[in-house]
Order: sequence, then C-alpha cells, then structure tokens
Amino acid sequence: MSRNPLIREVPPTTWFFRHPRYVRYMAREVTSLFVGAYCVLLVVAMQRLSAGPAAWQGFLDALRGPAGIVFHLLAMAAAFYHAGTWFNATQKAMPLQIGEEFVNGSYISGAHYLVWAVLSVAVLFFTGVF
Amino acid sequence: MKERLVQLEVLRYNPDTDTEAHFQRYEVMCQEEWVVLDALNKVKESIDPTLNYRWSCHMAVCGSCGMMINGEPKLSCHAFLRSYEGVIRVEPLTHFPVERDLVTAPDDFMEKLKRVKPYVITKQKKPIEEGEYKQTPAQLMKFRQYSMCINCMLCYAACPEYGLTPHFVGPAALTLAHRYNLDSRDEGRKERMEVVATREGVWECTFVGACSEVCPAHVDPASALQQLKIVGSIDWIVEHLLPGGKSAGDTVSRKNAGDIP
Ligand code: SF4
Ligand code: FES
Repeated sequence: MSRNPLIREVPPTTWFFRHPRYVRYMAREVTSLFVGAYCVLLVVAMQRLSAGPAAWQGFLDALRGPAGIVFHLLAMAAAFYHAGTWFNATQKAMPLQIGEEFVNGSYISGAHYLVWAVLSVAVLFFTGVF
Repeated sequence: MKERLVQLEVLRYNPDTDTEAHFQRYEVMCQEEWVVLDALNKVKESIDPTLNYRWSCHMAVCGSCGMMINGEPKLSCHAFLRSYEGVIRVEPLTHFPVERDLVTAPDDFMEKLKRVKPYVITKQKKPIEEGEYKQTPAQLMKFRQYSMCINCMLCYAACPEYGLTPHFVGPAALTLAHRYNLDSRDEGRKERMEVVATREGVWECTFVGACSEVCPAHVDPASALQQLKIVGSIDWIVEHLLPGGKSAGDTVSRKNAGDIP
C-alpha cells in the first residue's frame, strides 16, 4: 500500500490564536518590548544628561507629563509580569536535589523573589527615596 | 450503569481517495465512565468499521492513542467522556502528517529520537564478571522523572515551535537526551550535546511550556530543556572564554549527529 500522508500546515502568523496557552505565551513575549523600551529610555536619559542641565530638566519635565506617567505605569506592570515569569521558571531550570529529595520548587522561585525585593529596596534606599 | 448518548465529530482522511480531510459525525450510546477511546471502539464495532486509529494498552502506558480532543493533545484512553459536554471533536495529533483518519506518521519523531542517542553510552564496556553498574537511589532520582516518557508525542502536538520549525528536535527527544546525560553510568554527554546544543536543538525552544502542560506522564519536558540550555551555555563559556578550553570545532560539529551504532 502506498503512502499519501496529508500535511496540515500551521498558519504562520495566526497560530497563537489556536489555544489560550499560546496567547498567554505571546503576552509574556510582548511584555519584553516594554522592558526594551525602558532600556532605550535610560539611554536617552544619559544622552540628555550629557547635553547639559537645561536638556536634563526638559527631559525630566517630559517624564512628569501624563504620557510619561502612563508609559511608566505600563512599563512597570509589564516588567513585573515579565520578571514573574522568569522567577517562576527558575524552579524548572535550576532544581535543587538534596540527597534523594528535590527541594520544593516554590522555595527556589521564592528565594529569587526575595532577592529581587531586597535589591529593589536597596536601590530605592541608595537613590534617596527613603 | 448509567448510559449517555455521545456525539463525536471525527476527522476522516482516506489517502487513496481524498485530497483533504473532513469531519464525520457519529452518535453512540456509551457508559458514563468510558473514555473517548471506548467511544471510538464502539463506533468502529457498531457503526463504521472503516474508522482508523491507533491504540494498544488502554491504560496510558503505551503512548499510541494520542489524539486532539477538543483541540487539546490527549491520550484517548485517558480522556474521560464525563469531562466533556456536547459534541466531542476528535482529530489526529496536530503537527504530524496524517496517514489515515486519526493515524499519524511518527517517522520524524522516531528519527529525532535516534539522533539524541537515548541509551547509556560507555567508553569501555565492563566485562560481565565485574558485575552490574551500581547506582544509588539519589543518582537514580536525578533523572527518574525524565525516564517516565511513554513516547506519546503529545508534547510535539502541543509545541508551536515544532509546528512552525519542523527541524526542531523537540521536547521528548531532548528530554531523553537530558535523562541519559544525567545518568551516573553514562559517558555519552559530549556526543549528545552535538545534537542538543544547536539551533535546531534546545535553542529552538522559546519556553512556551505547552509540552509540560499536556504531558500525561508528568515528565515536565520544559524543565529538562531549560536545564539543557544552562548546561549548553556553561559548555560554551568553558570552550570559548576560559583559557585551555577546547576548540569550538570539537563540539559544534554536526558530522556524526545522525549516527547510531
Ligand atoms: S514527554 Fe510526555 S508528552 Fe512528550 S512524548 Fe514523553 S510522555 Fe508524551
Ligand atoms: S492505548 Fe496505550 S496509552 Fe492509550
């Protein structure tokens, strides 16, 4: 009997609508754009800083405008979500075996969240927020 | 025993006459506690003997009855009718060529499985008189979870990367590579990493995580792949950035990647 298999193509651009878990995945990937955009903003900030006090002040004023605030809120939400997906993944990527048992994954992810919180507080402290 | 009228919508494809697949509707009386595979068996027995599908164990160990059930990769012997309402849509595993009806061609998966050399490789065989290769329970636990794979290919059907880039070695095969790399008796890691730490190996994975969500044996292939990425990165750093590291040619050569002894 000869074979005549049927090949079913995957739609190259709309495939992620096929299942909610793919949409969740794309949401995670899209949040990285905000993280990238924020990095660009930091580069612009440095450029403004080197251009003198007036340029720097103008930049700060722009950030305080409604668009600046909306962008920051969006970028922060996206960064939180993105970072969360990373920290949740650490327990899969770095399992810890002690003797015959594996350490419960939530401790591994939890430790990452803890370090994140401590570093964030330290940064806020050294930048004089409190 | 409670009975229930089950409606199935099954994808049909006859390679001798069809150029496209089409859905066919069946209605069968089933027992409440049956699984989708039982319903298909009832259809084949009492309505349509031409319906084709694979199965063997009926107990979620042989891995041959994988199908898409309402769009989700499932073992049909493990998909209880009571978890579904309305018409149940049954299709062959996605991302694989359809041979006939619900039967898919596993050739690509088989070829990839061979490429990762999923068996213990030792540089020198120990003579039998020297006895067995011993392993402590802790050494066994290191890879045990990854040895539970039943080769059902549900993870390939769930993985969008495999669907979009068919040359991707894929979740189950890479996980088995990791399983043997972690085995204290094995010395074949370098050979396997030639297949694993490549573009079409583990670096094609973008950690969608779908493989682990659908795996019926709780293998968690996504975790194995992320661990392999770390191993591959450390290998790369050792080779390229540390003085005295081996030349890149040593490990990125794909020459013998397809061999099995
Ligand atoms: S890893 Fe899980 S889903 Fe993939 S083939 Fe093995 S048992 Fe099936
Ligand atoms: S028939 Fe063996 S896994 Fe379903």
